[in-house]
Amino acid sequence: MMKIHLKIWRQKNSQSKGGFKEYTLDDVHQEMSFLEMLDMLNIKLVKKAERPVEFDHDCREGICGQCGVMINGIAHGPLKNTTTCQLHMRSFNDGDTIYVEPFKASAFPLVRDLKINRSSLDNIISSGGYVSVDTGQAPEANTIPIANEIAEAAFDSAACIGCGACVASCKNSSAALFTSAKITQLELLPQGQKETRKRVVAMVNQMEEEGFGHCTNTEACEVECPEDISVLNIARMNYEYNKSKILRNK
Amino acid sequence: MLYVKNALTRKNLMALTGLFLSFFLIIHLFGNLQLLLPEEEAKLQYNWYSHLLAGNIVVKVIAIVLYICILLHTIDAIYLSLKSKKANGPRYAIDKRGRASKWYSRNMMFLGSIIFLFLIIHFKDFWYHFKFGQLPVDKNGNKDLYTLVIAAFDQLWYVILYVIAIIALGYHLLHGVFSAHRTLGLYHPLYSKIVKFLGMAYAIIMTMGYIAIPIFIYLNR
Repeated sequence: MMKIHLKIWRQKNSQSKGGFKEYTLDDVHQEMSFLEMLDMLNIKLVKKAERPVEFDHDCREGICGQCGVMINGIAHGPLKNTTTCQLHMRSFNDGDTIYVEPFKASAFPLVRDLKINRSSLDNIISSGGYVSVDTGQAPEANTIPIANEIAEAAFDSAACIGCGACVASCKNSSAALFTSAKITQLELLPQGQKETRKRVVAMVNQMEEEGFGHCTNTEACEVECPEDISVLNIARMNYEYNKSKILRNK
Repeated sequence: MLYVKNALTRKNLMALTGLFLSFFLIIHLFGNLQLLLPEEEAKLQYNWYSHLLAGNIVVKVIAIVLYICILLHTIDAIYLSLKSKKANGPRYAIDKRGRASKWYSRNMMFLGSIIFLFLIIHFKDFWYHFKFGQLPVDKNGNKDLYTLVIAAFDQLWYVILYVIAIIALGYHLLHGVFSAHRTLGLYHPLYSKIVKFLGMAYAIIMTMGYIAIPIFIYLNR
């Protein structure tokens, strides 16, 4: 059993003023995940007829990208390559004070408490993160041969779960790592070649429009990314973008 | 390119101007190393070299490109910093994000500001005097920039000022050279590592070289 002091960011909506509120939990287990600890707090709050702390979560197994808060000033907390749901209370000590804040960026408007609106990331994908295919039956898998290394590299980029930790960890609130991963996963595969030039320009422009910042290659995003997405994706996006702009044919 | 709002294009401009300025630093260092020759020889050679640069039409064109690069690099830096500020929204109350990156990579604008202030002093004290000031001539009839430089570095505070500015420059280069290549799209894992290493070596050599000159002159007097 551990005693944990929590300072959680409470804010009713994006217009109202937010601030830290203090809570103390006396019976936290080391085996609990961070979100289970928050669940425990919420049960207590509901029993006291207080408004529970709102936070995003879904799969709770580290693959959906829904959960994500700043824990003691670091996206997804102190562990590397871990989502908030996969962070367990054994990473903290008895008597610790834990600060919990939502991810902050102009492109991530706050909904309530720790919950933010990440539609801006979805908008980037819908602007070009797809391949055109004829619908119908699933084609035979070996129609288009793809070397194993290429498939693996594409999968490494596709591992991005879109949690937004890269944006939250970036000093410029840049979505370059997210956007570049979503571009590279398609760029590497033959299926993605059809829209190659159109895609990178559309997605980069959408990223700009959503109000994300620029990339200054501090590489903080890669360090805090739960999926360890490489910053070389960003370099590849820059390359593809420059190539598209220079070689464009109207 | 100048009116484009797109951050990637602005970053390309930043990278290209930055790389040109980095290239210029090599040439400038080679020129300055002549100051380390024995006094009589250094005086004549350095003044001759300065005169040569001032009179050459190719050098004049390159100089104009250089001034433009400095301005564009600065304007771009301000533009992108404002963009970053706008994108950031509210600040974190507790911010430990620094663990994930190098301090100098996060403070390029601050380091750049030190370099910019230094450049104003640097231009005013040497460039302006040489171009528009009345300097005595040496026995070959060239403007005696050498004596002006030596006199400047005879003052300890001036040497310290230079050392601080060059260290800021060194850290700026340490991140800048590698970052420029990333921005321009070098995504190959091996070449990317090589460029990072060469960028670091370059930054260290430039820093050592530029720091050595004022210290050497000061100690030799």
